Amino acid sequence: MNDFPWLSVLGLVPLAGALLTALTPSRPGAVLPKQLALGTSLVTLALAVVVALRYEPDEGMQLTETHTWIEAFGAHYALGVDGIGLSLVLLTVVLLPVVVLASWNDADDKDTSAFFGWMLALAGLALFVFMAQDVFLFYVVFEATLIPAYFLIGSYGHGAERAHAAMKFLLYMLAGGLIMLASVVGLYAVSAANGEPTYLISELAAMGFDKETGRWLFAGFFIAFAIKAPLFPVHTWLPSTTGNATPGTSVLLICVLDKIGTYGMLRFCLELFPEASRWATPLVVTLAVISIVYGALLAIVSDDMLKLIGLTSLSHFGLITLGIFVMSTQGMSGATFYMVNHGIATAVLFLVAGYLIRRSGSQLISEHGGVEKHAPVLAGLFLLGGLGTLGLPGLSPFVSEFLVILGAFDYHWVVGAFAVTAIVLAAVYVLRMYQRLMTGPAGPEVADLQVREVTAIAPLVLVMVVLGFYPQPVLDVINPAIDAVMVSVDETDDPPTVPIGEVVMEQTNEEVHQ
Amino acid sequence: MLTTLTTLPAPAVADGVFALGWLVIALPLAGAAILLVGGRLTDAWGHLLGTATAVASFGVGLAMFIALLGEDAEHRQYADHLWTWFQVGGLDVGMDLLYDPLSALFVLLITGVGSLIHIYSIGYMAHDPRRRRFFGYLNLFIAAMLMLVLAGNYLGVFLGWEGVGLASYLLIGFWQHKDSAAAASKKAFVMNRVGDVGMVLAISLMFVTFGATGFAAVAAGVGGASEATLNAIGLLLLLGACGKSAQVPLQGWLLDAMEGPTPVSALIHAATMVTAGVYLITRSNFIFENAPAAQTAVVIVAVVTLLWGAIIGCAKDDIKKALAGSTMSQIGYMMLGAGLGVAGYAFAIFHLITHGFFKANMFLGAGSVMHAMDDDVDMRHYGALRKVVPVTFLTFAMGYLAIIGFPGFSGFWSKDKLIETAFVENTVVGVAALLGAGITAFYMTRLMLMTFFTDKRWADPQTGKEPHPHESPAVMTFPLIVLAALSIFGGVMLAGDWIVEWLEPVVGHAEHHDPPIPALALTAIIVAVVALGVAIAWFTVGKREVPRTAPSDVSVLTKAARADLYGDAINDTLVVGPTMALARGLQTFDDTVVDGAVEGQGLATSGIAGLVRKVQNGYVRSYALSILLGAALVVLALLAVNW
Repeated sequence: MNDFPWLSVLGLVPLAGALLTALTPSRPGAVLPKQLALGTSLVTLALAVVVALRYEPDEGMQLTETHTWIEAFGAHYALGVDGIGLSLVLLTVVLLPVVVLASWNDADDKDTSAFFGWMLALAGLALFVFMAQDVFLFYVVFEATLIPAYFLIGSYGHGAERAHAAMKFLLYMLAGGLIMLASVVGLYAVSAANGEPTYLISELAAMGFDKETGRWLFAGFFIAFAIKAPLFPVHTWLPSTTGNATPGTSVLLICVLDKIGTYGMLRFCLELFPEASRWATPLVVTLAVISIVYGALLAIVSDDMLKLIGLTSLSHFGLITLGIFVMSTQGMSGATFYMVNHGIATAVLFLVAGYLIRRSGSQLISEHGGVEKHAPVLAGLFLLGGLGTLGLPGLSPFVSEFLVILGAFDYHWVVGAFAVTAIVLAAVYVLRMYQRLMTGPAGPEVADLQVREVTAIAPLVLVMVVLGFYPQPVLDVINPAIDAVMVSVDETDDPPTVPIGEVVMEQTNEEVHQ
Repeated sequence: MLTTLTTLPAPAVADGVFALGWLVIALPLAGAAILLVGGRLTDAWGHLLGTATAVASFGVGLAMFIALLGEDAEHRQYADHLWTWFQVGGLDVGMDLLYDPLSALFVLLITGVGSLIHIYSIGYMAHDPRRRRFFGYLNLFIAAMLMLVLAGNYLGVFLGWEGVGLASYLLIGFWQHKDSAAAASKKAFVMNRVGDVGMVLAISLMFVTFGATGFAAVAAGVGGASEATLNAIGLLLLLGACGKSAQVPLQGWLLDAMEGPTPVSALIHAATMVTAGVYLITRSNFIFENAPAAQTAVVIVAVVTLLWGAIIGCAKDDIKKALAGSTMSQIGYMMLGAGLGVAGYAFAIFHLITHGFFKANMFLGAGSVMHAMDDDVDMRHYGALRKVVPVTFLTFAMGYLAIIGFPGFSGFWSKDKLIETAFVENTVVGVAALLGAGITAFYMTRLMLMTFFTDKRWADPQTGKEPHPHESPAVMTFPLIVLAALSIFGGVMLAGDWIVEWLEPVVGHAEHHDPPIPALALTAIIVAVVALGVAIAWFTVGKREVPRTAPSDVSVLTKAARADLYGDAINDTLVVGPTMALARGLQTFDDTVVDGAVEGQGLATSGIAGLVRKVQNGYVRSYALSILLGAALVVLALLAVNW
């Protein structure tokens, strides 16, 4: 089974499932497409578990499949995963069944088959994005994700301005895509000039670029990824999208798809253009810090809960980008783990908010109050998602947030001091929202969650708690991949200024072992 | 041999009974998990399970303590590495426990007083439909607080630190259908988070400096670090301590926290959690001993707070808020002890423990009074209650005598030692501490008189309704009696300097210095000042008629004290207001400028806006077209370059 194309199968199963689901008779509210979608998502999850079990953390890029695709361009159908890619693959497959189950009735008044079909397609394409080891392939699937995303927002969204929001999302992404395209073409030009044209990431990374070319190419990729992630000032598609899409769609877009931006920064910007990345670091760090504070402040005063959750992500993507660009092991491992944790905690918030909105018919916070009295389980799960989002120790997002802040502090204490304001601002936006929604005298009757709804969220809460106390298995997968990135950007961690502590600690450990 | 701090012996690997630290934490944690996940299924017996886990945890803690007593002073530190929490690069954070004389005392205080308060709550919360949930939160708190004091590294402390913050949030807001309770819980959490900024930065700086966050490793490295670095770490830790321990300038949340059920105020906001800052500084003695500026800052904060809280306590008519002001002030005393360094650490912890006894006693007593008075908290509606709630009165009186420092009672020994040490270090600080003792005597006597003596003022003149006070059930008076006994006899810990020697392996040995005047004379002066405070209260409150509504023609100072010395006003003006204004400004900026540039509705009209309008006619078709166009562009571009 060593040559079995595990990754191709993993990516194709949801795509095939998408086709199948979309082809089922599209009666509004039909159960069959939902069951098909859930089944497909669970099979995908099982496949990913097999992939994870076959994965050896210390053996670099693996489960690779490389076939020449378009010889003239040097494009390959090349897949593979390392610790970073695998983490994001696992995030995607865990969230997919959760979203399907949580969105069960979200398209009952529309074309149900197509809705769930698009969801599976989006997830399948996202998997290919995280597995692609060829820039051209990456670009194609990256652009392809826009099609399902566009229809999910524009045709199934609940917001009044969903058509506008979908178009805004699309234009933003296309603009980013076009800029990236310039760099993709540029890569070809350079590699062709060096002999055989190639788009394989491994070969491009080994090739290296001269300073000026590298910086231009870097800029093309970075701008596209900054829009995707997003960072200030190219973020305004984010609240308008989350404010109009269904919460399930928002989870796929913000918790999974946006990770392409930060993933791309690690994989492409840092690994292909290390010199340019170091050159751009001051600017990127500044943008990241602005995003952290700006997103959090906007979230505090937002009255639309779905926009609010979207804006918190602006703040979180700032932290993830910061972790990546401080270029230390703690910062980058933390940022990678952050991508996973943000996905899980934010999904809880989006989905529970979605449950509430379905019941009350309003996504404005000011039109709610006292929900806890009627629906304690709903309120409790919402609070748990919020506590994850604000980085409470004992839940997994804390570990990654701490690592990023530590990395930022190590980079420069002023940057660390700005980054750490996030922990206060996050407490304000989460608890202020919770207070206004859930507490106070009992409001209008709200039914508490059904078994299906709790079942969808419970696994995510469990993951947050388990990884909060025992994150090391995931970090063991991420760390070696980050070590490799450190090598390619030619950076090493600063040693402690007073290394005595280490010496003594070793002695202590020896005594302990004796 | 324990004179210098950096040569502390490395803790031994915990084995036998000393390896049970995890169980002490796991018992209440399991209780919390069962009660909170089990939901209504556990309603019938939830309170019993919650109490049982706390008592069992106390049992294990007691067994460990007895075993520790049997060891030599050099062999009283046990480290237990449970598992690797997270390791990235040079950062290796273990789920590590440290059981030593300091944590041993805290474990007993937390589980002991905690168990009593669980028992009391069975009665106090008997008629609350959500009692099971209350016990789940209490268990969660106990587990987190134990993690805080048993952790072997700063990140472990932080895990417990934020855990107690969460439990405190949940319990202050337990009656969250009241807007005031919901607001108070949020305020407490957010203000604590401001302090936690200090904690996170301190831990970061420790890692950058020493490459480690464990107590042993950091202690071993301090010798090589610059004083500026250690001062920075110390000040950052102090910021964290100010948040958790309600010290100025992060004191504002504590009075509002009285919105929580009274057992919560007793356990969390008097006996245990709010003393975590004192623990943190005592635990970090190896840093503060080498960080003189930070140590001075601790003393300044402590002195300001001990007077600040005492002044507030003088003007409050709400019995719980008067006690809360008092708590703030008493923690100021403990912080003062911790700020005085090696000479003061042991006395800070001593006062922390005796305060845990007598303040828990009085808060629970206040709860019993409120129970009798239909949950009225206004002391102006009390009076002459000593006859109707005799057990509550007598036990409360023991707490009262302890806090004012009546000779022989526990608080007398602990406060006397703190004031004496303060005089040794600095006369100004000593005088402030002495003054605080006088004010304490005044406000506590005022509280005592207004509640249990003076004329009865129970009836509401408007409605004519009058409560019918009654003594609380045995399940509530039993903990009161135990705590009253501890309030009286808690001073025994000082016998033969036991607590000082007990803590020496942790905080080091202090050479004894005599105060500027003989210790006995100083004690006499303290007692005289306390007597003066009592006398003033007697003449201004006890000898006069207490009006049922608070008079409004009062001095500027009284008005200020009633308004918590304008702490909230200062915060609102300097921090909350500007932040909200900035956020709203940014919201407008984002809509009109940043998004406006894209949407073409605001200041700028860009090409994209026009494009949006065009594409929106039949957008699906246009979309397909644009994808096609993109793909074609790639091919063309590639071909062009290829040529």
